[in-house]
Order: sequence, then structure tokens, then C-alpha cells
Amino acid sequence: MNETGVVYMDNAATSWPKPDSVLEEVVRFYRQVGANPGRSGHRLSVESERIRMETREALCVLLGGGDPLSVVFTANITVAISMVLLGYLRPGDRVATTSMEHNSVLRPLRFLEKNRDIRLTMIQARSDGILDSEEFEKALTGDERLAVVTHASNVCGTILPIQDLGSITSERGIPLMVDAAQTAGCYPLDVEGDAIDILAFTGHKGLLGPTGTGGLIFGSGFDPETITPLVFGGTGSRSEREEQPDFLPDRFESGTADIGGIAGLGAGVRWISERGMVSIREHEMMMTRRLLDGLGNIDGVRIQGPIDEGRQTATVSFVVEGVTVSEVGMRLSDEHDVMSRVGLHCSPRAHRTLGTFPEGTVRFSMGPFTTDEDIDAAVEAVARIAHGE
Amino acid sequence: MSTYAVIITHSTSHAIRAEKILLAAGLDAKMIPVPRHISSDCGTAVRVPTKQMDESKRLMDEKKAPYDRMELL
Repeated sequence: MNETGVVYMDNAATSWPKPDSVLEEVVRFYRQVGANPGRSGHRLSVESERIRMETREALCVLLGGGDPLSVVFTANITVAISMVLLGYLRPGDRVATTSMEHNSVLRPLRFLEKNRDIRLTMIQARSDGILDSEEFEKALTGDERLAVVTHASNVCGTILPIQDLGSITSERGIPLMVDAAQTAGCYPLDVEGDAIDILAFTGHKGLLGPTGTGGLIFGSGFDPETITPLVFGGTGSRSEREEQPDFLPDRFESGTADIGGIAGLGAGVRWISERGMVSIREHEMMMTRRLLDGLGNIDGVRIQGPIDEGRQTATVSFVVEGVTVSEVGMRLSDEHDVMSRVGLHCSPRAHRTLGTFPEGTVRFSMGPFTTDEDIDAAVEAVARIAHGE
Repeated sequence: MSTYAVIITHSTSHAIRAEKILLAAGLDAKMIPVPRHISSDCGTAVRVPTKQMDESKRLMDEKKAPYDRMELL
């Protein structure tokens, strides 16, 4: 439960509350360490770099990464994805992607399509968001240089079969980037085991860290030197040279990082490892089931997506007949203290796939701190709005 | 014969990784500021007793931990 008593149903945007240990770790960093990592050589600077390394290691353990130095931190997952797409793709390249992607994937791809002669193979998902891996395989032309796939939809929660897609792409020698914004920390992921070449993650959703954190984990089979960095600058290494270092993670980590945030992220990842991913997933499935049942009983509410807690994350999108999504969202917030997110969720293509474009949907998204009482209060609020009360 | 050998890495994060690997194996590894006469990098180096130099090299290579070179101090 968060401190304010608000019914917070927007975890897909950012998780809240955070575990106490996350907040404590951020404060501890700023009170007792405070230094810019790596540079200078004084012990606080080394301590700061150790904290960052510990977060890299914790992420590798949780997400199946092989080498902590293959973890690169960025300000958020959107920066990470743009960095890869803009730095890796060359004119004439073809990219495979899906109709469930978020704009953090589609906007750079559309820019590249329009301005740098990139071609897209866009595989269409079904109207419940489910992607058929056979459809994916059939749609490939064979000359794709990269595949970019979301692990789960931020609109309706549908989980995509990335292990199958990974087998298909690795058979064809096509590197696979997985957008794990909605799954890292709440659904099992294994970078090495699932043959993921580039995992993009965000720190402030399922991983329970502060905003301002995110990044990439490179699989051992991928050569990061095929990506031109987006940002060049000081790295605290090779300082005698005016050229950017080639090696990881420095290649992609110029400038001062959000160390306080990264410290907090480390605490979040350790909290998840201690609680156990299985336990978190079970909790979220139970919450999703309760919400699906509750909303399903309200006349005039239409739920999108698979409507199956086994096939989706703890994210549910719906519309209320006769009430615009904006009005639903406003009334939920103002009259019932229920926090939801309405509209297109930065995923217009996913809404087109679901058939909810252009109006969009109301989205509830749960997390490890969501309770039965939260769900019941949210359902009650929707029922009142649907009945015109 | 010098008492210590030093592992020069490209960055402090690489030095931290090296130190962890070697300490986990029970070696007497210690991070030190890079001796100026060896490198002008603004990184950190990892010092080990000379007699642990071969074992250090083996472990670093086994774990694929990156480093520039090893030298006697």
C-alpha cells in the first residue's frame, strides 16, 4: 500500500510504491557516498563504481545475462532502444517487428524508414494481441538485419512468444532485440538461455527502481561494435585518447550516470530476487484474475486482450459503453481516487491491432504491491461510472 | 624480483570486476591507483603478489574478464 491511500493502477507507466529498501539505498548513496564513479581514484569514487557494478551483477542474475560488463545503463529504455536502432541500422537494411510495438520502437523505425531507406517487415498480431510465431516465421523475407519485438503489450498485457521467436531468428542469423519494458522483474526472462541478442530494460517499472534508469543487456553472441554510439564523451577510461573506447560498457556510457538511481535500482532488483519471480508472477496473475472477473461482471464494460491471466501481464485495457475513455479516467481519478491511464498509451499501432483506435482504452495495471482491496475499489468505481452514478 | 604484479585494466569497472574474480578465488588482490609510470589512464589497477600472477591470468582468461596487460610493479 502506498502512503497516500490512493488506489494506484498505473504500474505499466511506472511502479509505485517502491520497496523501502530502494528509497533507503538512494538516500544512503547521497548521504554517505555521493561520488562520480570511476573517475578520480579516491575511495568514494571507487565505492560509487562498486555500487554501479553491483547493480549490473544483480541485473545479470535476475535476467540471465552472462557478463555484468555487458549491462549498459541509459536514462530510460526509450533512449536505449533509439540508441540501438539509430546506431545499428544502415540504409537499405530490413527490420522485422510486430504490430504490438510501443512508439519507442516504432517512432525511430518510421523515422529511419522515411529518412534512411530502412524497410520494415511488420508482422500482424491478432485482435487480442496474440502473435502467432508461425505467422512471424512466414512473414520473414530472409534479408532482415534485425528483429525487434516487445515481450508484452503495454496496452492489453498480451505476452509474446519470444522464446519461439528467438529460435526462429537465431536459426536465420537475425539478431533479436527484445523490448522488456513490461516484463523485466515480473515475468521470467533469460538473456543467454532465450538467445536474446539485445535486451532493452527499464529500471522504474517491474524492476522497482527509480525513474531515470534503464538500459541494455547484450547477449554473448552479439557484437556491440556493430552499434555506433549515440553519445560520445568522457568515460573515465582511456583518457589519454580523444577517441571513444570500443569496449563495453564504456562505449555506450559517456558522461555522468544517475548513480543514485542505479543504486536504488540495485536494491529493487535484489528485493525481487529475494521475494522470487515465481511469487511475484503468481500474485500478479491472481490480481489480474480478480480484476478480469470483476470488470467482466459489469454491464457495458468491454475488456480487450486475451482475457486470460496466464497469457498476459497484470495489465488490463477496457472501454465503457457510452462513456468516453477520457471521462472514465477523469472520474476514476477525481471521484474515486483510482489512478488509471487512458488513451493510446504511446502504442497507436497496438490499438489499431486491437480495434480500439483512435479512441483508445482505459488501462489498469497492477504490481507486487497491489491488493485485493485495490482491485475491488477499482472495480466498484468502474461499475458506478458504467451505471451513470 | 618485485613483490607485486599489477593488472592494468581499461576502466575502473573492469578493475572492480577483476578484483572480485580474484578475491572470490582466494587471491590477495587489491585495487590501487594506476601507477603513473605504467599508464596515464584515469582508471584503477589491481595488484597481486607476484607468485599469484599466473593464477590471476588464468582466472581472468577463464572468466573472460577484460584487461590490458599484467606487469611486475
